[in-house]
Amino acid sequence: MFSLKNTQWGSLVICWRAVASMAWSVLLLLPTTALFVLLSRFSLFHPILWMSECLSLLTSASAIFSFILLCGVVLMVGFFNLEYYTVVPSIACSKIALLGQVLHPRQFVHSLVHCIMGVVVAWCCAFTIGGRYRSLGHPCTQDESGPEMCLNEYHLVLLLAGAFIGYSHSLVGVVYNMNYVSFHTMQQYKYLRFKGALPLVVKASAVQALYCLRSFLLLYFFMGYAPRAWICKTLDLSINSSIHSLDSVSSLLDLSLLYHLWISGTFLLLTWYITVLLFRIFVTEVYSFPVQSTFTEDAHQCLPKVITGTQPMILKFLALQDLALLSQHSPSRRLEVFSLSQPGGHPHIWTALSKECLSLLSDLTERLVAHHDTVATNGRAKSQSTGSNKRSTTSSEVTSVGMEDMKTPRPSALIRTPGSVFLRSSVGAGLRTPLTTPFTPDLDSPFSSPALRRLTGPLEPQGALSPGFSSIQSPHVMRRGPKLWSASTDSQLNGSPPPSPGPAPSPSQAQLKPSFLVTFLQNRKDQVKNFLAKRMLIMYLFNKLPEASSQALFADSQVHIWALQGLSHLVAASFSEDQYGIVQTTLPTILSTLLLLQEAVDRHFKLPHTSSKPGHCSCSMGDDSYKTLRFALRSTLKTAVYRITATFGGHLQ
Amino acid sequence: MCSLALFPPPLYSMNNVVCSLKPHSRQESSSKSAFRDHCETLYTRSAGAWRDAGLSGLLNEIANSSAEVPKWLGVSSSCVLALLRWVSSFHSSLFPHLTLSSEEMTAEFSQVLDWSDCAVRGFAWHPHTQKCAVALSDDSIKIYNPKSATTPTLKHRLQRSVAALQWKPLCASALAVACHNCLLVWHVDPTSLSTRPSSGCAQVLSHPGHSPVTSVAWSPNGPLLVSASPRDTALLVWDVAVESCVPLHRVGGGGVTYLSWSPDGSRVLAATPSSLFRVWETRMWTCERWPSLKGRCQSGCWSPDGSRLLFTVQGETVIYALTFTDNPGVPLMMSGGPKAATVVADLSETTLNTPDGDIMVGGEIQSLAWDPRGERLAVHVKGRPAMIAVFKTQISPAFKLLPCGFVQGEAGTEPRLMQFNPNYQHGAQLTVCWSNGKITHVPFCFMSAGNPQPGLGGSPSFPLTQGRPADYNNQTLYTELIS
Repeated sequence: MFSLKNTQWGSLVICWRAVASMAWSVLLLLPTTALFVLLSRFSLFHPILWMSECLSLLTSASAIFSFILLCGVVLMVGFFNLEYYTVVPSIACSKIALLGQVLHPRQFVHSLVHCIMGVVVAWCCAFTIGGRYRSLGHPCTQDESGPEMCLNEYHLVLLLAGAFIGYSHSLVGVVYNMNYVSFHTMQQYKYLRFKGALPLVVKASAVQALYCLRSFLLLYFFMGYAPRAWICKTLDLSINSSIHSLDSVSSLLDLSLLYHLWISGTFLLLTWYITVLLFRIFVTEVYSFPVQSTFTEDAHQCLPKVITGTQPMILKFLALQDLALLSQHSPSRRLEVFSLSQPGGHPHIWTALSKECLSLLSDLTERLVAHHDTVATNGRAKSQSTGSNKRSTTSSEVTSVGMEDMKTPRPSALIRTPGSVFLRSSVGAGLRTPLTTPFTPDLDSPFSSPALRRLTGPLEPQGALSPGFSSIQSPHVMRRGPKLWSASTDSQLNGSPPPSPGPAPSPSQAQLKPSFLVTFLQNRKDQVKNFLAKRMLIMYLFNKLPEASSQALFADSQVHIWALQGLSHLVAASFSEDQYGIVQTTLPTILSTLLLLQEAVDRHFKLPHTSSKPGHCSCSMGDDSYKTLRFALRSTLKTAVYRITATFGGHLQ
Repeated sequence: MCSLALFPPPLYSMNNVVCSLKPHSRQESSSKSAFRDHCETLYTRSAGAWRDAGLSGLLNEIANSSAEVPKWLGVSSSCVLALLRWVSSFHSSLFPHLTLSSEEMTAEFSQVLDWSDCAVRGFAWHPHTQKCAVALSDDSIKIYNPKSATTPTLKHRLQRSVAALQWKPLCASALAVACHNCLLVWHVDPTSLSTRPSSGCAQVLSHPGHSPVTSVAWSPNGPLLVSASPRDTALLVWDVAVESCVPLHRVGGGGVTYLSWSPDGSRVLAATPSSLFRVWETRMWTCERWPSLKGRCQSGCWSPDGSRLLFTVQGETVIYALTFTDNPGVPLMMSGGPKAATVVADLSETTLNTPDGDIMVGGEIQSLAWDPRGERLAVHVKGRPAMIAVFKTQISPAFKLLPCGFVQGEAGTEPRLMQFNPNYQHGAQLTVCWSNGKITHVPFCFMSAGNPQPGLGGSPSFPLTQGRPADYNNQTLYTELIS
């Protein structure tokens, strides 16, 4: 009941924020449109005429109609932002996975709608610019057939450019994770943040419009006849043969046409980007949750309740952000955390908060250990791989023994599957953050292979609860698929054969007769692999992107960063503020969790494929801060350990 | 209120010299003169000029080589150059400091006295261990650690004209260095035996238009680093781990010269080259403006609890104080700001009688340093000769300043830079870099603030800088009135 109420209330909070951001973007549309009108009709030599024309256009009824259309588009974009946003980016580990994302039905709807909205905006632009762009048909007199309607190709080009830019916006959005909403380390007021980001957004939209225009012109140059003929046929327009068609070099290099195309594209992208920007700013604003409530009906809105919830994900993020901030900045709210419950005298708030933070951190540790295992055993002999698997099992046993009391509320994460560490950790990871299993599956995509499905099996309830079941697949797929996908899934197979034979007879027989069948399969596998490796396209599609798995592993690390900050600041503050000594009881667990995580993170950064420094890419609007989360996590972790030890100093001994 | 006359006359005494560094005689203004001239094509030279000095350099190059270019190009570039110069002269009449070259600007705004001919250009104690970093005038940085035999030397291609350096708090190894046109963050592994860490150990943080960097400050409890440049109106807040920055633009001031983060992490002092400074509040990053000073804010320091800010103004010989009181109940606002600054000490020139004759002390103030316990305040006075005046301070229950004494070096030397050691157990320890390249530690031994005792305070092994007759303790320079 709690969770249901929580979900409704949380969605309401987010919805209101989205609505506020949309309202602001509609308000901001007014100056943007005015600016566009001014710039698009700019004439250097007739300034007075120019101004008066612009003023009369802005006050005309038809301009108001197109403005209402634009408002509708902006509202739609805002709605799509709300519907498609994510706080945990989905990171494609190979080109094929990226392709799967692009061709996903959900993404298809997104692209289609944006394409249509692009056309609508372009129509408004054409209408605003006026002149030769105003309408699709214009009366003309062909030779000896009297007046008829001819196609106005300028208008068509503008509309097509709008459609192209709309589609490419959607496409670039999925490639650069534009729907990812990142949180900032520094808190600033919304107005100041918007003011700081506005020049960047203007620049990004201008540059992006330029690139889109280049691609569009190339496309139109080669393929322009097709839409033209189609439009002519559908609308029964004829082509004016006295005017050159636009898909020639000379007519495409018309400076005025290029300027108008570019300024329209910039306008389109600018309005959309502003909507995205405002949505991000509004939705990531700090929400101050009450630490404890005086009334029981508000109990689901308190920090300890919200922080343990999972739906919607962003609410958990906001709660953890609030925890990190309150632990740093507000002594009065810290006192509430350290307080005891009134009848009973139990530190419920502190217990709930610390338990949640610690379980988050130990989950990450397990995930890292599992990943390290799969990567480290890759390429070694089989006998070694089982050994290392065993070792890591014991190490994660230690983790879970240490964390035993922390994990009682989440039985699914506690399942011990002795054979496979990987499976268990992906159970935990899969249930908690469905998008961040190290391989970022796209389950609905037509390209995801059965092996991938099996890896993400924990998402299906049957796979999660019975480890033996999850690995029932045809042995051929099992052996061939992972090799193609990535090296890291390979050792999964070597290291953890199905512990129980299960109902499927074929794999168990294969296990029982190692001599002939296995060598035969091995040979076939190598043959297939060699065959496929020679095909460039396949290798290109299936090759792992560098660093992608590492990024995917840390995709949701923002919560871990906040958990670390919150815990360490609270512990440091408890040295002087905790009157009842409630933090002391959990201090050993906290320290051991932090150190285990430190060990795991250090090991991860020593892997060959992880770079030790954040790289820089300057993609326009896509937020790439998820790529550097692991570095932020590493430094936060170090700082957290130092903060606790520096505060307690000699008392720790 | 007045003045230095209350101070005991300075005595010369032994300091424990830690290390002595030879001042470098090599003055390098530009490496260009070291190479022979040779003929390059105009294109190559223009590309080089564009890279080195931007548009104006390119235009200058074209205008100077009028023999090789078409006449119209030479004439038009001279015209554009003249126009540029006219505009920039207009701009720099608003902000005179923009006419300075980068080196001069660093020298002008650095906390080091006579930065350009000083052997030691920067000094930083590690906040948690006995380890210090020293920036030398040959643009290298040495790290001294008494527990380790190796003395790592940090050199980097971009590490030129180091203006300031600071160790990251809550970290063993990270050192931020303010360089000519970037920030470097070195990660020097304390367990490493290498004496020359490779430049791969350094993160380079640069931002267009942010050069020269004259001041850096780490947040005392977080991963943030702020940096300032007199040419850049924005204060940059870096998230060092991910190498991203957020510029905080505000109108007015024309740049940021000096930064100081309060020890409790709640506020940042940002001085500008004009008569204005700002105090940023670090929760929501809003700022308070403090305009209408007599000159620019030269230096400032925070009390350990972050409630008091002492600052000095160029051209004046007094120390001002601002008091901030925190209002925990008002979260998102800059709360408890003071209304006006009060003068707490006057260090104008006075004559003191010593057995050797009268000496002049006092003058303009170069920098301030407050020891981490909040009991000693060192004031670096620029006068002739420059010296360091030390005050005893008391923060609670009321703010008090008492005269303590002077720190002087060997004859003919003057202090250039000073910093308190944050890890000194027996009181306070001031580290001073002298003009002859020596670095000395000056320990002050005292009991804690509760019972101030005249004399040595139970730790007699350290030579004191000056005698302290008991009667001076009673003469309070400044006492806050509690109403």
